[in-house]
Amino acid sequence: MNTENPLWALISTFGLMSLFAVGGAAAAVPEMHRIAVDVHHWMTDKQFADAYAIAQLSPGPNVLIVTLIGYAVAGIPGALAATLAMCLPTALVAYYVSRLLNRPSQSRWPALIQAALVPLSIGLMAASALILAQSTDRTIAAVLLTAVVAVIASVSRINPLWLLLAGGLLGFAGIV
Amino acid sequence: MSPDSAPAAQEPDIPAVHVQPPGLLALFLAFARMSLAGFGGVLVFARRAIVEQHRWMTADEFNETFALCHFLPGPNIVNLSMVFGARLRGIAGGIAAFAGLLLPPTLIMTVLAVIYARFGNVEVLSRILAGISCAAVGLLIAVVFRMMTPLLKRMEPIALLLMLGVFLAIGVARLPLQAVLLVAIPVSIGATFLLRRKVAA
Repeated sequence: MNTENPLWALISTFGLMSLFAVGGAAAAVPEMHRIAVDVHHWMTDKQFADAYAIAQLSPGPNVLIVTLIGYAVAGIPGALAATLAMCLPTALVAYYVSRLLNRPSQSRWPALIQAALVPLSIGLMAASALILAQSTDRTIAAVLLTAVVAVIASVSRINPLWLLLAGGLLGFAGIV
Repeated sequence: MSPDSAPAAQEPDIPAVHVQPPGLLALFLAFARMSLAGFGGVLVFARRAIVEQHRWMTADEFNETFALCHFLPGPNIVNLSMVFGARLRGIAGGIAAFAGLLLPPTLIMTVLAVIYARFGNVEVLSRILAGISCAAVGLLIAVVFRMMTPLLKRMEPIALLLMLGVFLAIGVARLPLQAVLLVAIPVSIGATFLLRRKVAA
């Protein structure tokens, strides 16, 4: 990364990644981690986990973790470039495809492809959870907190924000 | 499959008539509002605003539009803003909704990034973020679990194997996403096609 323009690296990385991000932002997290931490060394493991936490805690689409990665690489221009590169190309693709498919067709292929993508996107999201857990859950208390939140959020309809705040409080108290 | 005669059974009060299409500013503001309300995901708020509050779409139209955006690559809700805005007001409407959805939270996120860059190493902040991270991972696990339940109930061995394979390839072996998907997508589509043909036969 000596001669290459960091803005261009951000745009090409996230522009390409978004076109493969089937299953939404959560499914793209492992790839973001691989690129930002392992390949380009834009962030440390901990910075990435912190960025994920900030993105979860802030309003707006969760895909905006790319804004934080972009800022870490190239400041405010980087933040804006990464966000647009991640969001605009696929939005334009969606616009053109929706115009093509404006009339409901009899083809069963869209439904079939959609069904085929479901297990893949769940597998991707499970991989996200594993990779993030490996960087955040370094103590037994941390593993327990993650497990308890996972159970509570699975069985109840509590607003996720309360669980995030509870995690923040436990962190503040120095327990995890 | 829901019967054709019962559109949106849970919302009998909402008629399937369209009000006048909203202006570009109204689109921008509506998407900005739902985006800023959407802690931990915007979809719930988007549906509430579009279908129930503004009645810009019927429940069925919203489902169709979202299904399309889910099946396309990229952030679903961002795709939805563009497709939705464009259906009402053409490409300018799409851009207005897209900008409304992304501009305010991007600015907030940039401010947070500046704060983090300056104070991220402060011990207290770092501890708080560590606690939030643990909880956030727990939330993600819960979402994965909820999405997995229908798959587990149907016990489709091929789907479960593909899910496990992608999990191991990306999560454990840390292979690049493109390479994994280039193999997994054709395999999954092929398997689904063969399975459905066998069921139909």
